[in-house]
Amino acid sequence: MTTVHDSVDEAVAGIEDGSTVLVGGFGMAGMPVDLIDALIRQGATDLTVVSNNAGNGDTGLAALLAEGRVRKMVCSFPRQADSWVFDGLYRAGRIELEVVPQGNLAERMRAAGAGIGAFFCPTGVGTPLAEGKETREIDGRTYVLEYPLRADVALVKAHVADRMGNLVYRKTARNFGPVMATAATTTIVQVQQVVEPGGLDPEAVVTPGIYVDRVAVVPDRSGATS
Amino acid sequence: MTVTVREHTDRGPLSRDEIAARIARDIPRGAYVNLGIGQPTLVADHLGPDSGIVLHTENGMLGMGPVAVGDQVDPDLTNAGKIPVVELPGAAYFHHADSFAMMRGGHLDVCVLGAFQVSAGGDLANWHTGAPDAIPAVGGAMDLAIGAKQVVVMMTLLAKDGTPKLVRDCTYPLTGVGCVDRLYTDLAVFELGPGGAAVTETFGISYDELAARLDVPLRPGA
Repeated sequence: MTTVHDSVDEAVAGIEDGSTVLVGGFGMAGMPVDLIDALIRQGATDLTVVSNNAGNGDTGLAALLAEGRVRKMVCSFPRQADSWVFDGLYRAGRIELEVVPQGNLAERMRAAGAGIGAFFCPTGVGTPLAEGKETREIDGRTYVLEYPLRADVALVKAHVADRMGNLVYRKTARNFGPVMATAATTTIVQVQQVVEPGGLDPEAVVTPGIYVDRVAVVPDRSGATS
Repeated sequence: MTVTVREHTDRGPLSRDEIAARIARDIPRGAYVNLGIGQPTLVADHLGPDSGIVLHTENGMLGMGPVAVGDQVDPDLTNAGKIPVVELPGAAYFHHADSFAMMRGGHLDVCVLGAFQVSAGGDLANWHTGAPDAIPAVGGAMDLAIGAKQVVVMMTLLAKDGTPKLVRDCTYPLTGVGCVDRLYTDLAVFELGPGGAAVTETFGISYDELAARLDVPLRPGA
Protein backbone atom coordinates (compact mmCIF):
# COMPACT_ATOMS: atom_id res chain seq x y z
CA MET A 1 0.00 0.00 0.00
CA THR A 2 1.23 3.48 -0.85
CA THR A 3 1.57 6.11 1.85
CA VAL A 4 1.57 9.83 1.10
CA HIS A 5 3.87 12.10 3.09
CA ASP A 6 3.97 15.85 3.47
CA SER A 7 7.68 15.80 4.20
CA VAL A 8 10.55 14.26 2.28
CA ASP A 9 12.31 13.57 5.59
CA GLU A 10 9.42 11.34 6.67
CA ALA A 11 9.49 9.64 3.27
CA VAL A 12 13.16 8.59 3.48
CA ALA A 13 13.02 7.44 7.12
CA GLY A 14 14.55 4.07 7.84
CA ILE A 15 17.07 3.83 4.97
CA GLU A 16 19.88 1.75 6.45
CA ASP A 17 23.66 2.03 6.23
CA GLY A 18 25.06 -0.19 3.48
CA SER A 19 21.88 0.00 1.37
CA THR A 20 21.84 -0.17 -2.41
CA VAL A 21 19.93 2.90 -3.62
CA LEU A 22 18.64 3.49 -7.15
CA VAL A 23 18.62 7.20 -8.00
CA GLY A 24 16.55 8.31 -10.99
CA GLY A 25 17.52 10.97 -13.47
CA PHE A 26 19.52 11.53 -16.61
CA GLY A 27 21.76 14.40 -15.68
CA MET A 28 19.47 16.68 -13.68
CA ALA A 29 16.30 15.78 -15.64
CA GLY A 30 14.31 13.51 -13.33
CA MET A 31 16.85 13.76 -10.51
CA PRO A 32 14.97 13.49 -7.17
CA VAL A 33 16.98 16.31 -5.58
CA ASP A 34 14.68 16.84 -2.59
CA LEU A 35 14.70 13.14 -1.66
CA ILE A 36 18.50 13.09 -1.92
CA ASP A 37 18.75 16.18 0.30
CA ALA A 38 16.52 14.37 2.80
CA LEU A 39 18.75 11.28 2.59
CA ILE A 40 21.75 13.49 3.36
CA ARG A 41 19.96 14.76 6.49
CA GLN A 42 18.79 11.24 7.37
CA GLY A 43 22.39 10.08 7.63
CA ALA A 44 22.57 6.63 5.97
CA THR A 45 26.10 5.93 4.78
CA ASP A 46 28.28 3.28 3.10
CA LEU A 47 25.75 3.31 0.26
CA THR A 48 25.94 1.72 -3.17
CA VAL A 49 24.25 4.12 -5.58
CA VAL A 50 22.95 3.10 -9.00
CA SER A 51 22.27 6.03 -11.33
CA ASN A 52 22.99 6.86 -14.95
CA ASN A 53 25.50 9.57 -14.08
CA ALA A 54 27.67 10.20 -11.04
CA GLY A 55 26.36 13.61 -10.12
CA ASN A 56 26.26 16.98 -11.84
CA GLY A 57 27.45 20.23 -10.31
CA ASP A 58 27.17 20.40 -6.53
CA THR A 59 23.52 19.52 -5.91
CA GLY A 60 21.47 16.32 -5.85
CA LEU A 61 23.57 13.16 -6.20
CA ALA A 62 26.78 15.23 -6.29
CA ALA A 63 25.94 16.59 -2.81
CA LEU A 64 25.46 13.04 -1.46
CA LEU A 65 28.83 12.04 -2.94
CA ALA A 66 30.49 15.14 -1.49
CA GLU A 67 29.26 14.10 1.98
CA GLY A 68 31.30 10.89 1.63
CA ARG A 69 28.22 8.69 2.01
CA VAL A 70 28.66 6.57 -1.11
CA ARG A 71 31.02 3.59 -1.15
CA LYS A 72 30.34 2.56 -4.73
CA MET A 73 28.76 4.07 -7.86
CA VAL A 74 27.17 1.86 -10.50
CA CYS A 75 26.53 3.99 -13.58
CA SER A 76 26.94 4.27 -17.34
CA PHE A 77 28.43 7.73 -17.72
CA PRO A 78 30.29 9.16 -14.71
CA ARG A 79 32.61 11.53 -16.56
CA GLN A 80 31.00 14.79 -17.62
CA ALA A 81 31.95 18.44 -17.82
CA ASP A 82 30.31 19.07 -14.43
CA SER A 83 31.13 15.82 -12.56
CA TRP A 84 33.96 17.36 -10.52
CA VAL A 85 32.75 15.93 -7.20
CA PHE A 86 32.84 12.33 -8.44
CA ASP A 87 36.05 12.89 -10.41
CA GLY A 88 37.85 14.11 -7.28
CA LEU A 89 36.68 11.17 -5.16
CA TYR A 90 37.56 8.65 -7.88
CA ARG A 91 41.04 10.03 -8.48
CA ALA A 92 41.64 10.05 -4.71
CA GLY A 93 40.63 6.36 -4.54
CA ARG A 94 37.74 7.18 -2.22
CA ILE A 95 34.94 5.63 -4.30
CA GLU A 96 34.48 2.41 -6.29
CA LEU A 97 33.09 2.54 -9.81
CA GLU A 98 31.26 -0.09 -11.86
CA VAL A 99 30.62 1.11 -15.42
CA VAL A 100 27.61 -0.55 -17.06
CA PRO A 101 26.39 0.09 -20.62
CA GLN A 102 23.30 2.27 -20.32
CA GLY A 103 20.90 -0.23 -21.84
CA ASN A 104 22.22 -3.01 -19.59
CA LEU A 105 21.75 -0.77 -16.58
CA ALA A 106 18.08 -0.29 -17.52
CA GLU A 107 17.47 -3.91 -18.55
CA ARG A 108 19.16 -5.35 -15.44
CA MET A 109 16.78 -3.31 -13.28
CA ARG A 110 13.84 -4.27 -15.49
CA ALA A 111 14.82 -7.94 -15.04
CA ALA A 112 15.01 -7.49 -11.26
CA GLY A 113 11.55 -5.97 -11.19
CA ALA A 114 10.11 -8.60 -13.53
CA GLY A 115 11.43 -11.70 -11.76
CA ILE A 116 13.88 -12.65 -14.52
CA GLY A 117 16.82 -14.75 -13.27
CA ALA A 118 19.30 -13.50 -15.89
CA PHE A 119 19.29 -12.66 -19.60
CA PHE A 120 21.51 -13.00 -22.66
CA CYS A 121 22.29 -9.59 -24.19
CA PRO A 122 24.29 -8.71 -27.32
CA THR A 123 25.64 -5.45 -25.89
CA GLY A 124 29.35 -5.36 -25.12
CA VAL A 125 30.35 -8.64 -26.77
CA GLY A 126 34.12 -8.60 -27.37
CA THR A 127 34.66 -5.48 -25.21
CA PRO A 128 36.35 -5.01 -21.82
CA LEU A 129 32.93 -4.66 -20.14
CA ALA A 130 32.06 -8.27 -21.03
CA GLU A 131 35.39 -9.76 -19.95
CA GLY A 132 35.01 -12.81 -17.73
CA LYS A 133 31.28 -13.05 -18.32
CA GLU A 134 29.52 -16.15 -19.62
CA THR A 135 28.60 -15.98 -23.32
CA ARG A 136 26.40 -18.09 -25.54
CA GLU A 137 25.83 -18.30 -29.28
CA ILE A 138 22.13 -18.23 -30.16
CA ASP A 139 21.09 -18.42 -33.83
CA GLY A 140 24.59 -17.46 -34.92
CA ARG A 141 24.94 -14.39 -32.72
CA THR A 142 26.97 -14.12 -29.50
CA TYR A 143 25.30 -12.87 -26.30
CA VAL A 144 26.60 -12.05 -22.81
CA LEU A 145 24.86 -13.31 -19.67
CA GLU A 146 23.72 -10.37 -17.54
CA TYR A 147 22.20 -10.56 -14.07
CA PRO A 148 19.40 -8.52 -12.49
CA LEU A 149 20.24 -5.40 -10.52
CA ARG A 150 17.96 -5.11 -7.52
CA ALA A 151 18.09 -2.64 -4.68
CA ASP A 152 16.86 -1.86 -1.21
CA VAL A 153 15.57 1.59 -2.09
CA ALA A 154 14.65 3.55 -5.22
CA LEU A 155 14.47 7.36 -5.16
CA VAL A 156 12.42 8.58 -8.12
CA LYS A 157 11.04 11.91 -9.31
CA ALA A 158 7.68 11.85 -11.08
CA HIS A 159 5.31 14.66 -12.00
CA VAL A 160 1.94 13.81 -10.46
CA ALA A 161 0.77 10.90 -8.27
CA ASP A 162 -2.65 9.93 -7.06
CA ARG A 163 -3.18 8.57 -3.55
CA MET A 164 -3.00 5.02 -4.93
CA GLY A 165 0.62 5.70 -5.93
CA ASN A 166 -0.08 5.74 -9.67
CA LEU A 167 2.44 8.01 -11.39
CA VAL A 168 2.75 10.14 -14.48
CA TYR A 169 6.04 11.71 -15.49
CA ARG A 170 7.00 14.76 -17.50
CA LYS A 171 8.85 14.62 -20.86
CA THR A 172 12.38 13.16 -20.76
CA ALA A 173 12.43 13.42 -16.94
CA ARG A 174 10.70 10.02 -17.10
CA ASN A 175 13.96 8.23 -18.10
CA PHE A 176 14.91 5.59 -15.47
CA GLY A 177 12.02 6.28 -13.06
CA PRO A 178 9.52 3.62 -14.22
CA VAL A 179 12.18 0.88 -14.31
CA MET A 180 13.77 1.79 -10.97
CA ALA A 181 10.34 1.89 -9.31
CA THR A 182 9.96 -1.84 -10.06
CA ALA A 183 13.42 -2.95 -8.91
CA ALA A 184 13.61 -1.88 -5.25
CA THR A 185 12.18 -3.25 -2.03
CA THR A 186 11.07 0.26 -1.07
CA THR A 187 10.27 2.79 -3.80
CA ILE A 188 10.10 6.41 -2.67
CA VAL A 189 8.82 9.03 -5.11
CA GLN A 190 8.79 12.82 -5.05
CA VAL A 191 6.07 14.53 -7.07
CA GLN A 192 4.90 18.08 -7.55
CA GLN A 193 1.30 17.23 -6.83
CA VAL A 194 -0.84 14.45 -5.35
CA VAL A 195 -4.41 14.09 -6.58
CA GLU A 196 -7.31 12.01 -5.32
CA PRO A 197 -8.00 8.59 -6.88
CA GLY A 198 -9.73 9.23 -10.20
CA GLY A 199 -7.69 12.39 -10.72
CA LEU A 200 -5.35 10.62 -13.16
CA ASP A 201 -6.57 9.11 -16.41
CA PRO A 202 -6.02 5.34 -15.90
CA GLU A 203 -5.01 5.07 -19.58
CA ALA A 204 -2.22 7.61 -19.01
CA VAL A 205 -0.71 6.06 -15.85
CA VAL A 206 2.94 5.15 -16.52
CA THR A 207 3.89 3.55 -13.20
CA PRO A 208 1.03 1.68 -11.50
CA GLY A 209 0.84 2.22 -7.75
CA ILE A 210 1.71 -1.42 -6.96
CA TYR A 211 5.37 -0.44 -7.46
CA VAL A 212 5.24 2.64 -5.24
CA ASP A 213 5.61 2.56 -1.44
CA ARG A 214 5.94 6.20 -0.39
CA VAL A 215 5.08 9.46 -2.10
CA ALA A 216 6.27 12.89 -0.93
CA VAL A 217 4.87 16.15 -2.25
CA VAL A 218 7.48 18.69 -3.26
CA PRO A 219 6.00 21.79 -4.89
CA ASP A 220 8.01 22.85 -7.93
CA ARG A 221 10.42 25.72 -7.47
CA SER A 222 11.99 25.83 -10.92
CA GLY A 223 9.08 27.46 -12.68
CA ALA A 224 8.61 24.49 -15.00
CA THR A 225 4.94 23.64 -14.75
CA SER A 226 2.20 22.29 -17.04
CA MET B 1 31.60 -3.82 -64.20
CA THR B 2 34.25 -1.22 -63.46
CA VAL B 3 34.28 -0.02 -59.88
CA THR B 4 35.21 3.62 -59.62
CA VAL B 5 35.93 5.95 -56.74
CA ARG B 6 34.38 9.39 -57.01
CA GLU B 7 37.54 11.44 -56.49
CA HIS B 8 36.96 15.12 -55.68
CA THR B 9 40.50 16.43 -56.09
CA ASP B 10 39.34 19.85 -57.26
CA ARG B 11 38.45 20.84 -53.69
CA GLY B 12 39.88 20.55 -50.17
CA PRO B 13 38.87 18.11 -47.45
CA LEU B 14 35.30 18.32 -46.10
CA SER B 15 34.66 20.59 -43.12
CA ARG B 16 32.85 19.11 -40.11
CA ASP B 17 29.65 20.69 -41.33
CA GLU B 18 30.17 19.28 -44.83
CA ILE B 19 30.72 15.77 -43.42
CA ALA B 20 27.44 16.15 -41.51
CA ALA B 21 25.67 17.29 -44.70
CA ARG B 22 27.14 14.35 -46.62
CA ILE B 23 25.84 11.90 -43.98
CA ALA B 24 22.40 13.56 -43.93
CA ARG B 25 22.12 13.19 -47.70
CA ASP B 26 22.49 9.40 -47.44
CA ILE B 27 19.87 8.86 -44.70
CA PRO B 28 16.71 7.42 -46.26
CA ARG B 29 13.44 9.34 -46.07
CA GLY B 30 11.32 8.40 -43.08
CA ALA B 31 14.18 6.69 -41.22
CA TYR B 32 14.33 6.44 -37.42
CA VAL B 33 17.74 7.87 -36.53
CA ASN B 34 19.85 8.29 -33.40
CA LEU B 35 22.60 10.91 -33.47
CA GLY B 36 25.36 10.35 -30.90
CA ILE B 37 26.56 13.15 -28.66
CA GLY B 38 29.22 15.54 -29.99
CA GLN B 39 29.85 16.00 -33.71
CA PRO B 40 27.06 13.67 -34.95
CA THR B 41 24.46 16.13 -33.61
CA LEU B 42 25.49 18.42 -36.50
CA VAL B 43 23.76 16.00 -38.89
CA ALA B 44 20.38 17.23 -37.58
CA ASP B 45 21.04 20.67 -39.11
CA HIS B 46 21.04 19.11 -42.57
CA LEU B 47 17.89 16.99 -42.41
CA GLY B 48 15.17 18.63 -44.48
CA PRO B 49 11.83 19.35 -42.80
CA ASP B 50 10.10 17.17 -45.40
CA SER B 51 12.51 14.23 -44.99
CA GLY B 52 10.13 12.48 -42.59
CA ILE B 53 13.17 11.45 -40.55
CA VAL B 54 12.36 10.86 -36.86
CA LEU B 55 15.13 11.47 -34.33
CA HIS B 56 15.48 9.14 -31.34
CA THR B 57 17.25 10.21 -28.17
CA GLU B 58 18.43 7.51 -25.76
CA ASN B 59 16.94 9.30 -22.75
CA GLY B 60 13.47 8.35 -23.90
CA MET B 61 12.03 10.25 -26.84
CA LEU B 62 11.17 9.93 -30.51
CA GLY B 63 10.41 13.08 -32.48
CA MET B 64 13.14 15.18 -30.94
CA GLY B 65 13.40 18.70 -32.32
CA PRO B 66 16.22 21.24 -32.35
CA VAL B 67 18.05 22.79 -29.42
CA ALA B 68 15.71 24.93 -27.29
CA VAL B 69 16.23 28.69 -27.17
CA GLY B 70 14.91 31.35 -24.78
CA ASP B 71 11.53 30.51 -23.30
CA GLN B 72 11.58 27.05 -24.90
CA VAL B 73 14.19 25.82 -22.40
CA ASP B 74 12.65 23.22 -20.08
CA PRO B 75 14.89 21.28 -17.65
CA ASP B 76 12.65 18.22 -18.10
CA LEU B 77 13.32 18.04 -21.85
CA THR B 78 16.92 17.38 -22.89
CA ASN B 79 18.88 15.38 -25.44
CA ALA B 80 21.48 12.68 -24.73
CA GLY B 81 24.09 15.40 -24.19
CA LYS B 82 21.83 16.96 -21.48
CA ILE B 83 21.21 20.00 -23.70
CA PRO B 84 17.64 21.37 -23.66
CA VAL B 85 15.73 20.55 -26.86
CA VAL B 86 12.15 20.91 -28.08
CA GLU B 87 9.61 18.27 -29.07
CA LEU B 88 8.12 18.05 -32.56
CA PRO B 89 4.46 17.29 -33.32
CA GLY B 90 4.05 13.52 -33.14
CA ALA B 91 6.76 13.07 -30.48
CA ALA B 92 6.58 10.20 -27.98
CA TYR B 93 8.18 9.69 -24.56
CA PHE B 94 9.12 6.32 -23.04
CA HIS B 95 11.31 4.97 -20.26
CA HIS B 96 14.91 3.86 -20.52
CA ALA B 97 14.32 0.11 -20.80
CA ASP B 98 12.01 0.75 -23.78
CA SER B 99 14.44 3.22 -25.29
CA PHE B 100 17.24 0.66 -25.32
CA ALA B 101 14.92 -2.18 -26.35
CA MET B 102 14.31 -0.10 -29.49
CA MET B 103 18.05 -0.13 -30.19
CA ARG B 104 18.80 -3.77 -29.43
CA GLY B 105 15.60 -4.94 -31.05
CA GLY B 106 16.72 -3.57 -34.42
CA HIS B 107 14.02 -0.92 -34.71
CA LEU B 108 16.36 2.03 -35.30
CA ASP B 109 17.35 2.39 -38.94
CA VAL B 110 20.52 4.45 -38.53
CA CYS B 111 22.78 5.68 -35.77
CA VAL B 112 25.63 8.13 -36.26
CA LEU B 113 28.50 7.92 -33.77
CA GLY B 114 31.86 9.59 -33.22
CA ALA B 115 35.00 7.48 -32.80
CA PHE B 116 38.59 7.41 -31.56
CA GLN B 117 39.38 4.54 -33.93
CA VAL B 118 37.60 2.31 -36.41
CA SER B 119 39.07 -0.87 -37.91
CA ALA B 120 38.78 -1.82 -41.56
CA GLY B 121 36.57 -4.73 -40.48
CA GLY B 122 34.16 -2.38 -38.70
CA ASP B 123 35.32 -2.63 -35.07
CA LEU B 124 34.55 0.55 -33.15
CA ALA B 125 36.48 2.21 -30.31
CA ASN B 126 34.79 5.35 -29.02
CA TRP B 127 34.28 5.14 -25.25
CA HIS B 128 37.62 4.95 -23.49
CA THR B 129 41.19 5.86 -24.34
CA GLY B 130 42.45 3.25 -21.86
CA ALA B 131 44.77 5.87 -20.31
CA PRO B 132 45.47 4.99 -16.66
CA ASP B 133 44.11 8.29 -15.31
CA ALA B 134 41.01 8.37 -17.57
CA ILE B 135 37.62 7.82 -15.94
CA PRO B 136 35.78 5.32 -18.15
CA ALA B 137 32.28 6.35 -19.31
CA VAL B 138 30.35 4.31 -21.84
CA GLY B 139 26.81 5.71 -21.78
CA GLY B 140 24.70 4.20 -24.56
CA ALA B 141 27.55 3.75 -27.06
CA MET B 142 27.82 -0.04 -26.80
CA ASP B 143 24.04 -0.53 -27.06
CA LEU B 144 23.78 1.73 -30.11
CA ALA B 145 26.80 0.16 -31.81
CA ILE B 146 25.27 -3.32 -31.83
CA GLY B 147 21.64 -2.30 -32.09
CA ALA B 148 20.96 0.03 -35.00
CA LYS B 149 20.41 -1.57 -38.42
CA GLN B 150 23.04 0.69 -39.93
CA VAL B 151 25.91 2.10 -37.87
CA VAL B 152 27.61 5.14 -39.33
CA VAL B 153 30.72 6.80 -37.92
CA MET B 154 31.64 10.44 -38.40
CA MET B 155 35.22 11.48 -37.61
CA THR B 156 38.34 13.10 -39.01
CA LEU B 157 40.43 10.46 -40.78
CA LEU B 158 43.65 11.54 -39.07
CA ALA B 159 44.31 12.28 -35.40
CA LYS B 160 45.83 15.65 -34.48
CA ASP B 161 49.31 14.09 -34.68
CA GLY B 162 48.60 12.82 -38.20
CA THR B 163 48.13 9.14 -37.35
CA PRO B 164 45.21 7.49 -39.15
CA LYS B 165 42.15 6.64 -37.06
CA LEU B 166 41.09 3.99 -39.60
CA VAL B 167 43.32 1.07 -38.56
CA ARG B 168 43.86 -2.66 -39.08
CA ASP B 169 43.07 -3.37 -35.42
CA CYS B 170 41.91 -0.88 -32.80
CA THR B 171 44.42 -0.25 -30.01
CA TYR B 172 41.84 1.55 -27.82
CA PRO B 173 39.31 -0.55 -25.87
CA LEU B 174 36.48 -1.70 -28.13
CA THR B 175 32.88 -0.47 -28.07
CA GLY B 176 31.64 -3.11 -30.50
CA VAL B 177 33.01 -5.79 -32.83
CA GLY B 178 32.39 -5.61 -36.59
CA CYS B 179 29.53 -3.17 -36.08
CA VAL B 180 30.40 -0.14 -38.26
CA ASP B 181 28.89 -0.23 -41.74
CA ARG B 182 29.99 3.10 -43.13
CA LEU B 183 32.65 5.65 -42.20
CA TYR B 184 32.43 9.31 -43.23
CA THR B 185 35.56 11.42 -42.82
CA ASP B 186 36.96 14.73 -44.05
CA LEU B 187 39.09 12.92 -46.65
CA ALA B 188 36.98 9.97 -47.77
CA VAL B 189 33.86 7.83 -47.37
CA PHE B 190 34.35 4.11 -46.69
CA GLU B 191 32.17 1.01 -46.64
CA LEU B 192 33.43 -1.36 -43.94
CA GLY B 193 32.82 -5.04 -43.34
CA PRO B 194 34.33 -8.51 -43.11
CA GLY B 195 35.92 -7.95 -46.54
CA GLY B 196 37.77 -4.84 -45.32
CA ALA B 197 37.50 -1.18 -46.31
CA ALA B 198 36.15 0.01 -49.66
CA VAL B 199 36.54 3.69 -50.65
CA THR B 200 33.54 5.18 -52.39
CA GLU B 201 34.50 8.84 -52.47
CA THR B 202 37.50 11.07 -51.72
CA PHE B 203 37.78 14.79 -50.95
CA GLY B 204 40.92 16.85 -51.61
CA ILE B 205 42.98 13.71 -52.11
CA SER B 206 43.20 11.03 -54.79
CA TYR B 207 42.50 7.36 -54.12
CA ASP B 208 46.20 6.51 -54.58
CA GLU B 209 47.33 9.27 -52.22
CA LEU B 210 44.77 8.09 -49.66
CA ALA B 211 45.93 4.48 -49.92
CA ALA B 212 49.52 5.64 -49.31
CA ARG B 213 48.48 7.48 -46.11
CA LEU B 214 46.69 4.51 -44.56
CA ASP B 215 48.05 1.26 -43.20
CA VAL B 216 44.98 -0.80 -44.07
CA PRO B 217 44.20 -2.82 -47.17
CA LEU B 218 41.86 -0.70 -49.31
CA ARG B 219 39.89 -1.36 -52.43
CA PRO B 220 37.92 0.96 -54.64
CA GLY B 221 34.20 0.50 -54.20
CA ALA B 222 31.07 2.36 -55.21
